[in-house]
Amino acid sequence: MLLDALTLSLGYNATLVAVGATLLGIAAGVTGTFLYLRKRALLSDAISHATLPGVGLAFLVMVAFGGDGRALPGLLVGSALSAALGLILVQALTRHTRLSEDAAIGAVLSVFFGAGIVLLTVIQTLPSGRQAGLDTLLLGSTAGMLRGDALLIAAGGALVLALVLLLRRPLLMVAFDPDYALTRGLNLHRLDLAAMGLVLAVTVVGLKVVGLILIVALLIIPPVTARFWSDRAGTVVALAGVFGGVAGYVGAALSATAPALPTGPLIVLAAFALFVVSLAVSPSRGLLAALLAARATRARVHLRQGLVTLGQGLPVHEGYTRRLLTRAGLTRPDGVPTEAGRAAAAAALRDEARWRLLRRETGTEAEALVARDDGLTDLAGLLTPDQLRALDARMARPAGVTP
Amino acid sequence: MASLDLIAEDGVTRPATDPAGQALALRGMTVSYGGAPAVFSVDADMPPGTMTAIIGPNGAGKSTLLKAALGLIPRVSGVVTVFGRPIPEARDRIAYVPQRASIDWDFPTRVIDVVMMGLYRELGLLGRVRARHRDAALDCLRQVGMEDFAPRQIGQLSGGQQQRVFLARALAQKADIVLLDEPFAGVDAATEAAIVAVLKGLRDAGRTVVAVHHDLSTVADYFDRVLILNRRKLAEGPVAEAFTEAALSAAYGGRLATAARDRNAG
Repeated sequence: MLLDALTLSLGYNATLVAVGATLLGIAAGVTGTFLYLRKRALLSDAISHATLPGVGLAFLVMVAFGGDGRALPGLLVGSALSAALGLILVQALTRHTRLSEDAAIGAVLSVFFGAGIVLLTVIQTLPSGRQAGLDTLLLGSTAGMLRGDALLIAAGGALVLALVLLLRRPLLMVAFDPDYALTRGLNLHRLDLAAMGLVLAVTVVGLKVVGLILIVALLIIPPVTARFWSDRAGTVVALAGVFGGVAGYVGAALSATAPALPTGPLIVLAAFALFVVSLAVSPSRGLLAALLAARATRARVHLRQGLVTLGQGLPVHEGYTRRLLTRAGLTRPDGVPTEAGRAAAAAALRDEARWRLLRRETGTEAEALVARDDGLTDLAGLLTPDQLRALDARMARPAGVTP
Repeated sequence: MASLDLIAEDGVTRPATDPAGQALALRGMTVSYGGAPAVFSVDADMPPGTMTAIIGPNGAGKSTLLKAALGLIPRVSGVVTVFGRPIPEARDRIAYVPQRASIDWDFPTRVIDVVMMGLYRELGLLGRVRARHRDAALDCLRQVGMEDFAPRQIGQLSGGQQQRVFLARALAQKADIVLLDEPFAGVDAATEAAIVAVLKGLRDAGRTVVAVHHDLSTVADYFDRVLILNRRKLAEGPVAEAFTEAALSAAYGGRLATAARDRNAG
């Protein structure tokens, strides 16, 4: 069953859903990256919760005009309008009052969501509202998704992607260094508004599949995951799209395996799984890498200290250091240095003496070098052979005598 | 424009100059963060090919004046001209090096990418990054001695190295005026020397340099002009004329100025 789902063999409808969810995931991951880099991730939560009253009102309007209250295009227009209103309110509160943005987000998010829930409850009591099923827009549901719905989602996602690619350079400049972007003539206010508009579009397009409560996860988790794998903004954007797409696809496929499984939570869990794996094994920023690096540094410190001690003809007391030295073939198990150990100890002592000399010297070059002395760096690796010879020659001179 | 030159100044007499002859001219700059003005009615001229230090005690409004001149924060009143033109028409002639503290150093961007931002006008929205753009960026890094660091993530650099990268970004803009906000704050001696050399090179090539500066002992060595500020302008002009005991006392209070001059002499 699971394999069938992942290979799109569960039939036409499931395939439709999977394709739609994949495109949505890509659009959300790419758009969300700019939000995350601009450090305004939470704003998307306000936007998504602010869609709910619009959904209810759109339903009532469509029914009042004798139409089908559940028509997706109408619901999306309504949700977009109310989300835009919420967004404008957050901006206005932040600009014209002393409220900080997070407080404004909290206020708008809860009030709009509360109003939406009241509206939905009222609708349930209406004769025309009994079968509305508007609550599926909270957590997303793909059961009974129509071909038109899927096409709408796909087209919306593609449009958002195209706009993001067009604006990527100014958006990144604004995210990295807003003051500088202003001095280059970029319109900060309009670019921020454009980014929010794109987030709003993703949210609205994603209502059907992921639902409004969890869309924030699809906007934020993929960029955060992608950040583990690259130090380049362009690559982070692309990877966030990939991770979002994979999460959308896997989540949608899983939800197709049983009728009652909600799509949104499964997509979010899939995104979260990618995040956990990245957190653990990312080569530069992962937990495992950090652990290994800490261990390696510890071993280098102990080896170095051990060698300097040996070079001075003193016994090494710490057990860990003794084990390291023996394992590296530098001492015999009884602690007596081997041939290689004596050579390495002499080299360590010589390096220490060079650093000592350098610390006494003045001048920008010497100071720049001394700034790099962390106790583990071999000076021979930082200087040319000629510089090293000159340094050794200065060392051979008796102290206190200047030419 | 002529009427602006007649704005009376508080206790400072200065012949009226034509803003059109200045690289950067400020007239009647007043900036407030909502309450009392942080900078009050400052007139200043930065002639082409000069290097000006903006000095003054903490909270004197040095950075505020610089940011307001650039339009980064709104001003209550005042006119800014760049070679006689208003700022929006002359944006491309000004390069700005912000304070290091204002940057998120964990941002996923490499040294070379930061310098490339200086080429934004050339690249536009969709222009492809070509070899000549990369070469131009690398050349700017070379001028500040940072070409070996091009592929590094910016957070891996020391404070001084980061400052040099931001100077390289300003160089990439090929601007006529370079404005720097505390370029020497928290940098090592080697970086300070490298930055000063680059800035003097710019000035000698006819560019105009303006920097918010803290260290009174290096003003005379690094700069040829000075603008002494403490909310109001207290003195302005060539270092030899304007960097006086009297002006420093007025700005810093007597004791501090004397201490600074002593350190300078010793």
